[in-house]
Amino acid sequence: MPNATYIALIPLLPLAAFILLGIFGRKHFKNSAGIIGTFLLLVSTALALYTAYGYFFDYGKVNGVYQKLIPLQYNWLQFSPGLSIDIGILLDPISVMMLVVVTFISLMVHIYSLAYMKGEERFPTYYAFLGLFTFSMLGLVVSSNIFQMYIFWELVGVSSFLLIGYYYDRPSAVAACKKAFIVTRFADLGFLIGILVLSFYSGTLDFNTLIQRLTSPESSELKTAVAASFLGVSALTWGVVLVFIGGAGKSAMLPLHIWLPDAMEGPTPVSALIHAATMVVAGVFLVARLFPVFSMSAPALEIVSYVGISSALFAAIIACTQTDIKRVLAYSTMSQIGFMMFALGVSGSGGENGLGFTASMFHLFTHAMFKALLFLGAGAVIHFIHSNEMKDMGGLRKYMPITHITFLIACLAIAGVPPFAGFFSKEEILLAAYQHNSFIYWIALITSGLTAFYMFRLYFNIFWNKEHEPQGEHHHGEGGFAMMMPLLLLAVGAAAAGFIPFGHFVSSDGAALESEFHFQFSIAPVALGLMGIFTAMWLYKTKNNKPDKIAVSLNGFYKAAYHKFYFDELYQLITKKIIFNLIGRPAAWIDKNVVDGFVNATGSTTQTISEKIKGFQSGKVQQYAIYFLAGVIALAVLFIYVWK
Amino acid sequence: MMEPGLYHLLFISGALFFIGVFGFFTRRNLVTMLMSIELILNSVNLNFIAFNKYLWPDKMDGLFFAIFIIAIAAAEAAVAIAIIINLYRSHGSIDVESAEELKN
Amino acid sequence: MSGSTIIFFMLAAFTLISAVMAVSTRHIFRAAIFLLFTLIGVAGLYFWMQYDFIAAVQIIVYVGGITVLIIFSIFLTQQAGELLPKQKMGRQIFSALAAFCGFALIMLQVYQHSFNQTTATAIEPTVANIGNRMLGVNEGGYALPFEVVSILLLAALIGCIVIAMRSKPVTS
Repeated sequence: MPNATYIALIPLLPLAAFILLGIFGRKHFKNSAGIIGTFLLLVSTALALYTAYGYFFDYGKVNGVYQKLIPLQYNWLQFSPGLSIDIGILLDPISVMMLVVVTFISLMVHIYSLAYMKGEERFPTYYAFLGLFTFSMLGLVVSSNIFQMYIFWELVGVSSFLLIGYYYDRPSAVAACKKAFIVTRFADLGFLIGILVLSFYSGTLDFNTLIQRLTSPESSELKTAVAASFLGVSALTWGVVLVFIGGAGKSAMLPLHIWLPDAMEGPTPVSALIHAATMVVAGVFLVARLFPVFSMSAPALEIVSYVGISSALFAAIIACTQTDIKRVLAYSTMSQIGFMMFALGVSGSGGENGLGFTASMFHLFTHAMFKALLFLGAGAVIHFIHSNEMKDMGGLRKYMPITHITFLIACLAIAGVPPFAGFFSKEEILLAAYQHNSFIYWIALITSGLTAFYMFRLYFNIFWNKEHEPQGEHHHGEGGFAMMMPLLLLAVGAAAAGFIPFGHFVSSDGAALESEFHFQFSIAPVALGLMGIFTAMWLYKTKNNKPDKIAVSLNGFYKAAYHKFYFDELYQLITKKIIFNLIGRPAAWIDKNVVDGFVNATGSTTQTISEKIKGFQSGKVQQYAIYFLAGVIALAVLFIYVWK
Repeated sequence: MMEPGLYHLLFISGALFFIGVFGFFTRRNLVTMLMSIELILNSVNLNFIAFNKYLWPDKMDGLFFAIFIIAIAAAEAAVAIAIIINLYRSHGSIDVESAEELKN
Repeated sequence: MSGSTIIFFMLAAFTLISAVMAVSTRHIFRAAIFLLFTLIGVAGLYFWMQYDFIAAVQIIVYVGGITVLIIFSIFLTQQAGELLPKQKMGRQIFSALAAFCGFALIMLQVYQHSFNQTTATAIEPTVANIGNRMLGVNEGGYALPFEVVSILLLAALIGCIVIAMRSKPVTS
């Protein structure tokens, strides 16, 4: 059996880092904060790897099926004999995988930040926030109880808010962190209602019990949940769709994606950690965690797949037009998460049908590697250039050789070129889509071609295109060892992670899934990917005016995509014009005149009365005694003669 | 005239009580206020004894209450007079109006 | 009209008149003397009820102790022959009214209520009986309150000394 103490330490060590650095950091660990945080996380990562090793190769498998283990459970709030909120640890293939991903990426970011954030005024605070985030994310993935997950979910939201708003003196960062928090919080409302619906019908908050009660065909809970309907849709579907709204908010799915590009205002390593590799996949993880319940409701799965595919395509188109390199990466993230989502949506539960599930988790894993690498690489470039804009870059391949190579590997991986990691996972996703829904398959195919195009557009714009003109003396080179080591490690991951036989470890029902490699099938996506790459090369390898011409010829569409299809403007319209004017202003008026008026009236009345009765407090004992006697007599008379 | 009994004693104790209350209200000298309080306490004692005698002659609880009240009254009087003397020392007067520093 | 009745009414009249004088005279020393008479009257009523022990306690503690204490404090704080300050007329009227209303209310209630007398055999309130009960630890014994009152008296004693002690003059 797993050692519960070690597993509990995995999330608790980052928490310890948060508390230690948050309270004492600014005074006592001004310079050593990074080392302390990194060291604690290193221990945490080692424990996570040890746990993963133990789980996958030692105790996790019983009769060829990976079990759901609960090594630790503590009953926190008992509502009724059947319903309680527990704090516990649930180990199953996906949570163990997420433990490894989160600790590993977080460790890379910690190391990277040692150099990247050096000399920042609030250096210890930064590491404290990173610790808080890592703690929340780890707590989220090991949650054994849906409510525990919700708690950590919100904690993740808070720490993301803190990290996006790290540069709180920049108005844009402040706006971005508020936006991220409000949008995700709004989506979390759906999650909460979904939790309530699901737990109402299943009578439990515990994941295992909930899944078991809502999936076994003979259970009475499932029958009631399916039979109860609201607006013609069954309660079960409502429950999971509401939960999915929460997941879509965190994972930046259409139309709740608007916070993600703005969140790039945070420090770049933070973007790598939160907005690429870990937090944004929380939504995917949530759907995967409740996947057996989702698979009981066909309409819910359809919603998941169509939201996923439309987000993927939409984000890919926008990514082709953006010029801020972090924004390109942000939209690319959104697009890849769309892939994971629709892979879940097209999946069935159990056996060969569960290919989409495995593929989605596989893609989550590989994506974490190469996307973190891309962000960290972009961070290195930004560190070098001091700008986020593509037009300030170009020709950097000679100046930053390591960054160049690792970035190229990551781009090849995300474009799905064999034998890099992205190829394998994307292949599986496309295969699952092909087997299930050919419409989604074609869209996904186009999107993967676009992915290759915009990634290489980015690559060529940064490292080729025009020649780099060094302005003045560069006081630092590519970045020290601390910045290059994570890049190299992640590059190894991005190149090799695809060879892991993922289906053996993670599948929808715990049994090993043998994923065959279909050579003929992979021709089309790879060909499309290469086409995208060559198009990008043709357009952007050297400086020319072809891209501008194309942009002009696609005038309206290009503009729309450049302005992100006016989603922000739409939200502005809805919030400012409609909500503020129709709801906010009347509410403000009522608040000012009715509510405040009431409060003020209470206050002034009290004041007037007290002014009047102040005379009674004369300090004259005899007066008091007279009032006392008069009161007693009056009360006696009342009691005896009036209220008999 | 009827035989004196419980009602008569209750009348006396009631009258004594309210005479004491009146004194407490009207006197301004702290010593005379203390005297009024003694009157009030006495009326209570009289009540206890009367009830004990006329209603529950088989018990002695009223009597004991009276005894304890007398003991406590003695203690109270002693403390009150100590306070009065102290006040006289600090204010030069034992008029109750001079001790109204609680005001404001 | 029996002798006992006559004595009762005389005692009652003596007590009440002394009490009224005690609260209304403007000579403080006379007030103390009238209080003394009132207390003696009450003691007389106790005698009349044949509660000899409590009457004796009344005379010893009140007449012999408290009244003397009061007279001493008068000597300490008052100039001889000085009249007490007059209370405001409004206050006097209001106080009388309040007292009278309270008195009327209580008397009304008392006379409307019929008390039931127990039929059990009476216990003689002799000193022996009282002493047994006072220090008895059985059902109905008063040993614990007795001890508590002893401590209270001790506390009062110490408290009086502390309060009345002349605070040391501040040495400059």
